[in-house]
Amino acid sequence: MTDDILVEFDDVSFTYDRRPVLKGINMKIPRGRVVSIMGISGSGKTTMLRLIGGQLNPTSGQVKVAGQVVHELDSEGLYKLRRKMGMLFQFGALFTDLSAFENVAFQMREQTDLPEGVIRDLVLMKLNAVGLRGAYHLMPAELSGGMARRIALARAIALDPMLMMYDEPFAGLDPISLGVIGTLMRRLNDALGATSIVVTHDVQESLKMVDYVYYLSEGVIVAQGTAEEMKHSTQPLVHQFVWGEEDGPVAFHYPMAEYPQDLGLERARG
Amino acid sequence: MARRAGIGLRGIGHAVINGVWRLGYASRFFGLTLFRSGTTFRRFGLAIREIYFSGVLSLIIILVSGLFVGMVLGFQGFHTLERYGSEEALGVLVALSLVRELGPVVAGLLFASRAGSAMTAEIGLMKATEQISALEMMAVDPIARVIAPRFWAGVISMPLLAALFSAMGVFGGYLVGVVLIGVDEGAFWSQMQSAVDFREDIINGVIKSIVFGIAVTWIALFEGYDAPPTAEGVSGATTRTVVTSSLAILALDFVLTALMFRGN
Amino acid sequence: MERTTLDLWVGIFVAAGLGALMILALKVGNLGATFGAGDTYALRANFENIGGLKVRAPVKSSGVVVGRVSDIQFDTESYTALVTMSLDARYRFPKDTFARILTSGLLGEQYVGLYPGGDEAMLGNGEKIMKAESAVVLESLIGQFLYDRAAEGGNK
Repeated sequence: MTDDILVEFDDVSFTYDRRPVLKGINMKIPRGRVVSIMGISGSGKTTMLRLIGGQLNPTSGQVKVAGQVVHELDSEGLYKLRRKMGMLFQFGALFTDLSAFENVAFQMREQTDLPEGVIRDLVLMKLNAVGLRGAYHLMPAELSGGMARRIALARAIALDPMLMMYDEPFAGLDPISLGVIGTLMRRLNDALGATSIVVTHDVQESLKMVDYVYYLSEGVIVAQGTAEEMKHSTQPLVHQFVWGEEDGPVAFHYPMAEYPQDLGLERARG
Repeated sequence: MARRAGIGLRGIGHAVINGVWRLGYASRFFGLTLFRSGTTFRRFGLAIREIYFSGVLSLIIILVSGLFVGMVLGFQGFHTLERYGSEEALGVLVALSLVRELGPVVAGLLFASRAGSAMTAEIGLMKATEQISALEMMAVDPIARVIAPRFWAGVISMPLLAALFSAMGVFGGYLVGVVLIGVDEGAFWSQMQSAVDFREDIINGVIKSIVFGIAVTWIALFEGYDAPPTAEGVSGATTRTVVTSSLAILALDFVLTALMFRGN
Repeated sequence: MERTTLDLWVGIFVAAGLGALMILALKVGNLGATFGAGDTYALRANFENIGGLKVRAPVKSSGVVVGRVSDIQFDTESYTALVTMSLDARYRFPKDTFARILTSGLLGEQYVGLYPGGDEAMLGNGEKIMKAESAVVLESLIGQFLYDRAAEGGNK
């Protein structure tokens, strides 16, 4: 099981508009695991998900999913691969003009020829899994943030994906919804026999449920280990991040001139 | 001074290159839309939905505006023609102005601000809330699923709206000219019929409105698709849609008129 | 896929739009009038001067529109204008029909007027009207008038 690698980053670099976002990333994610990619905002975490999904192509190196190099696939191959992936977007990204039921049914309708009755049963099953079978008729505008996220989760697992990707699944949720989503992610991963990649900066919640953590800073993986190892890491960057300290390697102050100089004290004295 | 001029020149150069770049991107977008329109025709229900949003919901504004424009034409035309003693030509004046010019152009402008801006805002918001991205990740082509049905809906709706506008306008002209002022009804219609040619005037008007429909929906969809995924980005794109497509309609109208009614 | 109220509205919209086009074509335009795609035949005539006559101008006889000008060319053999008209097949004209270019009103559009003669034989498709009178050109009329007045003044 441990040698069965589903997603592999092989010396991947990505440059956007001459600005390096990722620099030589190496990463191997085995099947069945829940892996988290952590880091502060703007460290290139979401870019990694987009590289796996083939929405972006690496500047150098390659990303392999189930043995296939993603950026070498033609559009048909890419679509075939994406059908086996599920993605939960930061704010759910539900289709605002479709009801909760239709949102979950969307991919089934687009990509399968299943009869209406089967689709109905499947959708209700997925909604039941996230505990929102009773909300099937609501429009996205009528859902609370946490409910919308759960519907989006039901939509992401609609076709029983082999790889689940979560982009900031905890952003903007109240503590109860946060706990519910976290538990669901773990439970669905194990029930579907899927592999999950969670991009997040919510340390406490994700450390509860993940198997392994990569810590990303300025486009480089600076630390990795199990959740326990991360909690007890002595590496200053990781320590500051995990315990949310105000100052550390990531400075509180934006780069600046000397304080007295900015206040004009130097000149006054001189 | 020289350095400031240099910076100014560089700014202009940058704007020009950027504009040409965007034009190229927009053209590729247009080509892709046409190329991936297969889904729209296989599942015409998708387009029907969009015809409802761009066509049916524009009906009221088109009908009311058409009526008023026709009534104004009736008044103004009558006062001008009266001086030359040829009030019976009022029907010709109203009908030709509407069918050849005002119908397609004004309906196009109204369509751009009513339906075009709504399209841009909708696509822009879909992009900002990652719905477009979600489609891609669900292995559904957003151009085929979201853009193409809206494009064809616009192209189908526009000539119908222009025809309704013109018909309403002629009715408005009739109301004012015949019912209110008392121009001879027989002369009003017969002169109109002998002067308005089906192929020369009506078909050309329809062609104009189809071209405007293509231009407006293309601009609206592209602006939405290309909008920066922020609130300011989407609102800026919506404004640009109305401005650009109005200018496009007027410029295209000049070109088409010059081509169609040359030497007539 | 079942029918929805949305389909109904779209149906109403499309039907109304097509209806408006029909109204424009039949009531406003000339598609429903005598001159649509009916049978026609061609007649030709040479004019010294056609003035402002244009293609698609009406051809009238006794004030009734019987056809339209379909083509205007310059005939390099006779150095005159060769006007081709397409006439409604229902209306036949004798061989000695007389064609004139007239103006409706003082400044109105110009049209071709046909004055039938008494010949037994009728003009056939593509035949030429032999008697044709040019348009009255306002400038030459005024020039003629001034010349006459000057001549009169000289005589006095």
